[in-house]
Amino acid sequence: MNDTANEKFVIKELYVSHAPHLHAPISISKIMWNVVIALIPALLGAIYYFGLRALILTLIAVVSAIGFEAFTQKLFSRKITILDGSAVITGILIAYNLPPGVPWWIPIVGSAFAIIIVKQLFGGLGYNFINPALAARAFLVASWPQIMTTKWLAPRSGYLAGFDAITQATPLSLAKHSQDLNTIKILNSWPVIKNLFLGNCGGCIGETSALLLLIGGIYLLARGYINYRIPLAYILTVLILSILLPTKFSPLFHLFSGGLMLGAFFMATDYVTSPVTPKGQWIFGVGCGILTMLIRLWGGYPEGVSYSILLMNVATPLIERYTKPKVFGYKRTKKQ
Amino acid sequence: MLNFFFKRNDFLGGVKVREYKELSEHKPLTKAPIPKRVLRPYIQHNLVRIKPTIEVGATVKVGTKIGDPEGRISVPMHASISGKVTKLEDIEHPVLPARAPTCIIESDGVDLWEDYIKERDYSNLSKEELLETIRDAGIVGLGGAAFPTHIKLSPPKDKVIDTVIINGCECEPFITCDHQLMLEKSEEIIEGARIIAKILSVNKVIFAIEDNKPDAIDKMKKALGNSNCYIVAKLKTKYPQGAEKQLIKTLLNRTVPQGGLPFDVGVVVQNVGTTFAIYEACRYRKPLIERVVTVTGNGVKEPKNLWVRIGTPVYEIIEFCGGYTDEPGKLILGGPMTGVAQYTDDIPVLKGTSGIVVFKKSELKKLGSELSPEYDCIRCARCIMACPMQLQPTLLNSYIKKRDFLSAKQNNVLDCIECGCCAYVCPARIKLVHAFVHAKREIKRLNL
Repeated sequence: MNDTANEKFVIKELYVSHAPHLHAPISISKIMWNVVIALIPALLGAIYYFGLRALILTLIAVVSAIGFEAFTQKLFSRKITILDGSAVITGILIAYNLPPGVPWWIPIVGSAFAIIIVKQLFGGLGYNFINPALAARAFLVASWPQIMTTKWLAPRSGYLAGFDAITQATPLSLAKHSQDLNTIKILNSWPVIKNLFLGNCGGCIGETSALLLLIGGIYLLARGYINYRIPLAYILTVLILSILLPTKFSPLFHLFSGGLMLGAFFMATDYVTSPVTPKGQWIFGVGCGILTMLIRLWGGYPEGVSYSILLMNVATPLIERYTKPKVFGYKRTKKQ
Repeated sequence: MLNFFFKRNDFLGGVKVREYKELSEHKPLTKAPIPKRVLRPYIQHNLVRIKPTIEVGATVKVGTKIGDPEGRISVPMHASISGKVTKLEDIEHPVLPARAPTCIIESDGVDLWEDYIKERDYSNLSKEELLETIRDAGIVGLGGAAFPTHIKLSPPKDKVIDTVIINGCECEPFITCDHQLMLEKSEEIIEGARIIAKILSVNKVIFAIEDNKPDAIDKMKKALGNSNCYIVAKLKTKYPQGAEKQLIKTLLNRTVPQGGLPFDVGVVVQNVGTTFAIYEACRYRKPLIERVVTVTGNGVKEPKNLWVRIGTPVYEIIEFCGGYTDEPGKLILGGPMTGVAQYTDDIPVLKGTSGIVVFKKSELKKLGSELSPEYDCIRCARCIMACPMQLQPTLLNSYIKKRDFLSAKQNNVLDCIECGCCAYVCPARIKLVHAFVHAKREIKRLNL
C-alpha cells in the first residue's frame, strides 16, 4: 500500500477470510462416519442372531442408498456427496427397520424411496423434513404389509419371543394380541427380559439388542455427536408411562422390546429432523415417548416408535417456533 | 430454579478452544527496536475520525500530540517515535472498513521524548483531573475494541457503580500479552486498578483470571496481600470468558440487559493492559504510545511478547522475531477467534492490536483456517449450544442468505458479539460470523 514494496521483506498475497481463523476438528463426514461406527455393534448382533442374511440385507440397503444418492445428485447436477456417510447411515437404518426374512428387493425399494423422494427431492442433506429411513419403513409397511409384518425369523437360539411355542411374531405383537394370562406372565419373566435386553428375540434386523444399541448410543453421547436431551427424554417418558398407564407388561419389557433403543439413540436424534433448540429437544423426546406408548397400548400397530418419531418430525418446525431460546439479557428488558 | 442445581458462576454457551498459548507463554516482555517509521491512521474504533494537528514536515518527539478528537467519544493521538512527519496520505485501515488519512513519521533514530512525560505525584488529583489525564493520554481499551477508556469510566449520573472488574481472562487462543503483563507488572496493574476505583468511587475490585494462568493468579494474589475489597477470581478456562457481558454473568451472576452496558448492572470492566496504561498515564503522564503485543504462531521463528510502539509496521516486528519460518499463509491482527486477517504485512500495529498471529501456509488446513467450501446446514444445533448470547446462528444465517435482514434483526442479530463460537464449531463450515457482520452493516445502511 505504500512505497515499501521495494523493501524485500514485505509479504503480500496472504490468505484472507473472516474471523474466526481457527476451527474445531469436526466435519459433517466425521459425524456421519462416527454414527456408522456406533451402528456396527448392533449389526454384529444381528448377524449373530439372524445369520448372514442380516448382513446381506444391510449391504444391499447401503449400496443401493449410495447408488440412488449418486444417481439423483448427478441427475440434479448437484455435488456428489456419497462419501460424507449420510447415505450409508440411511441405508443401514432402513435395513435395521426391516424384518430379517424380507425378500432382497425390499431394501432396494426402501432406499429408493428414502433417498430419492424423501431426501433429494426436498433438497438433499439438511432439507428433508422427516427421517428418510423411517419414511421408507412407513412406505414399505403401507405398500407391502404382508411382507413387513410377517417375515420374522427366529433368532439363533430358536426363541422368537423367549419361548418357542408361538412362531411368526415379535414380543410386542405377542403382547398386543395375547389375552392369555400365561403368555403375559412368561413375557414379563426375567429370562424373557434378559433375552430382550441381549437381543435374542424376534424383531427387525437392527432393533432387537438393547445392549448393543446402548453401547453405540453411549459412544455417540460420550464423543459429543448426539445430545443427551432427546434420548433421555424419550426413554424416561416411556419408562414413566409404562409405570403409570394400565399396561399388563413391566416397564423393563417396554424399554427393551421393539425399536425403542434404536429409535431413541439413532433416529429421533437425527439432526435434520429434530429441533435445534434445547427446550425443543426435550419436548421432542417427551412427545416421541408419549406417542410410542399410546400406539403400543391403544393403536393399531404393536410398535409405535417409527410412527411417533415421524409424527414428531413433522411437528419440529412448530416446536422450534415456540421454543426460541431467550437472548442474553432479554428478561431484564421486559421487566423494565 | 435451575441455578440451584447448576454451578452459578458460569455463562451459557461458549466453547473449549485449543489454545496454543505455549508458543509465547512466559516469554519475558522485551522492547522491540524503535521502528524506522510509524503509520498512524486518523480513524479509531467505530470509524470515529481524529483531526490531524500537524503538517507534513513537522518535527515531533515521542508524546507530541498529532491528532485531536472530534467529539466526546474519542481521544487524542500522540507521536510514538521522534522524527519528522513525511507524509499524510490515505491508506486502507487494517481492521476497519475504510480508507483512513494516515500520518507517516520517519524516525530520527534518537528517540527523543517530550519533556512533560515525567514522574509526578498524582495522589491529590481529583476524579475529574484523573479522567482528563486518561483522555489526554489517548487511552483506549487495549483488549481489542479500542473504545475510549474515559467514556467507560464516566457512568451516567443515574447509574450506581459498585464493582470494578479488571479483565485478565485473555480467553483468545495464542495471545499471552496480558498474562505476561500480569506476571511482570502486577504492582502497577493494582495501582492502576486503585486509580479506576478512585475515579468511580468503588471499593470492590475483582481481578478476573482464567485458571490456565495459575502463576498469574498466584502473582496477583501475592501482590494484593490481604485485602478484602481487592480480590482475585479464578475462572474456568472457556471461550469467550473474557467477553464483558459473559464475564459479569460469571463473576457476579448479573445479566446485562439486552442492548445495555455493564453500567446498567453497576459494573465497569477494564482490561489489564488498559489498567497498566492508566497507571502510567497518571503517574508519568505517559501517553499511549506503546503496548504489549504477542507475536506468535508457527509461522514466526521466535514467538515473543513485545513492547511495541503504536504504528510500527508489522514486517519490522516479524523481522525482529526472526522472520517467517516458512511461507506464511495467514497473518492475523489480534487473536485468531476475533482478529482480522491481513493480505500483507505492510500494516501498522494499532492501539487495539493485542497480537500478531502468523500461520504457515502448510498448516492452514490443519487449523481449519483455510477458506473451505460451505456445506448446507445439517441442523446439528452446535452453534445454538455454543452461542454465549443464546442466539440461533443457523436461523439467522438462513434469513441473511435470503437477504431478509429485517427478520435477522427481529431475531436479534444485533446482539451478536462476534465471538466466533458458532463458526468455530460448525461442521458444515458455514461462515456464520461473516454473515452476521454483513447483516449488521446492511441493517445500519438500510435503516431497518
